[in-house]
Amino acid sequence: MMLAEKYLRDAMMPHMWCPGCGHGIILQAVIRAIDKAGLEHDKTVIVSGIGCSSRASGYMNFDTLHTTHGRALPFASGIKMANPDLNVIVLTGDGDALAIGGNHFIHACRRNIDITTVIFNNSIYGMTSGQYSPMTPVGQFATTSPYGNIDRNFDVCELAKSAGATYVARSTAYHAPSMPDLIVKAINNKGFSVVEAVGQCPTYYGRRNKLGSPVDMLNWQKEHAVNVAAAAHLTPEQLADKLIIGELHNSSAPEFTEKYDQLVARLQGRE
Amino acid sequence: MSPTVKLLQGNEACVEGALAAGVKFFAGYPITPSTEIAELLAERLPLVGGRFMQMEDEIASMAAVIGASLTGTKAMTATSGPGFSLKQENLGFAIFTEIPCVVVNVMRGGPSTGLPTSPAQGDVMQARWGTHGDHPVIAVYPASVPEAYELTIKAFNLSEKYRTPVIMLMDEVVGHMREKVELPDVPQIPIEERPRPTVSKENYLPYDNNQGDVPPLANFGDGYHFHVTGLTHDQTGFPTSAPAKAKVLYERLHRKIENNLDDILMWETKDMEDAEIGVLAYGSTARSAARAVSLAREQGIKAGLMRPITIWPFPEKLITQYASQLKSLVVAEMNLGQYVNEVERAAQGQVPIKRVLQANGELIRPDTILQAIMEVK
Ligand SMILES: Cc1ncc(C[n+]2csc(CCOP(=O)(O)OP(=O)(O)O)c2C)c(N)n1
Ligand code: SF4
Repeated sequence: MMLAEKYLRDAMMPHMWCPGCGHGIILQAVIRAIDKAGLEHDKTVIVSGIGCSSRASGYMNFDTLHTTHGRALPFASGIKMANPDLNVIVLTGDGDALAIGGNHFIHACRRNIDITTVIFNNSIYGMTSGQYSPMTPVGQFATTSPYGNIDRNFDVCELAKSAGATYVARSTAYHAPSMPDLIVKAINNKGFSVVEAVGQCPTYYGRRNKLGSPVDMLNWQKEHAVNVAAAAHLTPEQLADKLIIGELHNSSAPEFTEKYDQLVARLQGRE
Repeated sequence: MSPTVKLLQGNEACVEGALAAGVKFFAGYPITPSTEIAELLAERLPLVGGRFMQMEDEIASMAAVIGASLTGTKAMTATSGPGFSLKQENLGFAIFTEIPCVVVNVMRGGPSTGLPTSPAQGDVMQARWGTHGDHPVIAVYPASVPEAYELTIKAFNLSEKYRTPVIMLMDEVVGHMREKVELPDVPQIPIEERPRPTVSKENYLPYDNNQGDVPPLANFGDGYHFHVTGLTHDQTGFPTSAPAKAKVLYERLHRKIENNLDDILMWETKDMEDAEIGVLAYGSTARSAARAVSLAREQGIKAGLMRPITIWPFPEKLITQYASQLKSLVVAEMNLGQYVNEVERAAQGQVPIKRVLQANGELIRPDTILQAIMEVK
């Protein structure tokens, strides 16, 4: 069976994404990863917030939950905590995860709860037609930064790592062929995993910043990506405008629902 | 077996009721005067195979509760005014997506940080209209500690039966006061469970229009592969903006509550048979009102008490039943006029209404209500 047939919902097609949008490419990588990881179909739940990217949950033929803006992670945490047997995957945008949902993101990392989060980072609020997000680089244009953005952006992978996530990786839509392997590792990590998937919004971000066609935007990703191994040999100056891709962090720490199970076992004298 | 008798706070009784109803998940964020509910469930839930999570805020707590409920777990959260405000967006999500859960709000004086340790009844309208958009709501409100126990069970029952969040309001007095409560080994109130799918997984529709007004709800993880979204959806659960389909959803959501008022509405009356002066009050104010009614009766005044227990949906029938019989209706509440406006609307001018309103962090005393009775007798 084709992966699309198995994992996508016919009834929801055609999807709402613009031609050239990076979200579909990232969704494809997520589906390949789910298949490759061999996740039990019935035991896998997809949770998303609100945004163009968050529409991905509706397209996937699993138990799917399309929540409120920024809140996918706490909804997902409730699901995982109430039934730790479920594989929980969160699909979220850069605005969804890191602006309105930033605090939930930090605390999900800190708890190291076994959830895999894929952040569809297109550096903009696509759904609401192009306002700047916490991931919009300084100087770039958006409808709410008509004179160039002065609001500093940040590195979500560094944030995730320092907040306690145990697996962190970055990829881009251009690198779609290798993205599934990173997501598989994220899924297999027993703990909170973050994959930042850099994509493109040609409709609002691309057009406003004169970045050319979707192909040009994909080429930009190719030209600015540096593999983590190669990056080790470069100076901070050389890396200034680069995207370091690959596995950025892989550690182990107690997982939240397992800790709770141990607590229950201790209380019930089973330990 | 004979029941265990305990001296409990309202908040503790609420926890006992929740456990009796089968709660297995709590997510919350501490706030006075509701915190004891979280503290006690943190202690009790792991002992009964349940799970407790302290979230980063009330928005997250409400979200986690909905997520947990979708796995088939009875779930609740508890808070007070400021936290109740934060929960509103996700509370609306739960109403719209029809996910059972219980939300307790132990009210304190507000707005804002207000009077954190003092009683108030200022969130009555927030309970009704706090979330945005057109929505029905069920809210119950106990006036005593034993009733906090019973009503928590009933709140879970209503939420499961009607696939909707149920709000339980308490005030600081009911939440913190200690009274004797009988805790039976097996709850006297039968425990309800949400309607479950009976069709094959392939044919399951999470918002089936042909299964009555409360469609069965499957669990996440049981292989139904269904979609839940806060977008307006049709019976498949997938989003739609077709006006005809939107209408079907909005109307069914209202109908499932409005057509079951006999089951949902609870109230208590006292001395109303021959009453000429009715006193309407809820929560701890109703205790002062009951005392005032007794004092009035001692003086030969035909007063009676009307106490809504389900405060939303509004018990129109309680008002219309007595409006024409009464010479006057006194409405007492610890706010500057919220529920009284609904009472006035329902009374349709058939009876003059006297307001006893107070918002200073103190209980309304029986003599204050008695004085109002004397003024209108
Ligand atoms: C509480 C709330 N505030 C604002 C919005 C409006 N809103 C919808 S999506 C969105 C931004 C989405 O951006 P992002 O997460 O980056 O996703 P994208 O659309 O770019 O994929 C905003 C601000 C909302 N739905 N809810
Ligand atoms: S607006 Fe941007 S993010 Fe949204 S679908 Fe179109 S291209 Fe993609």
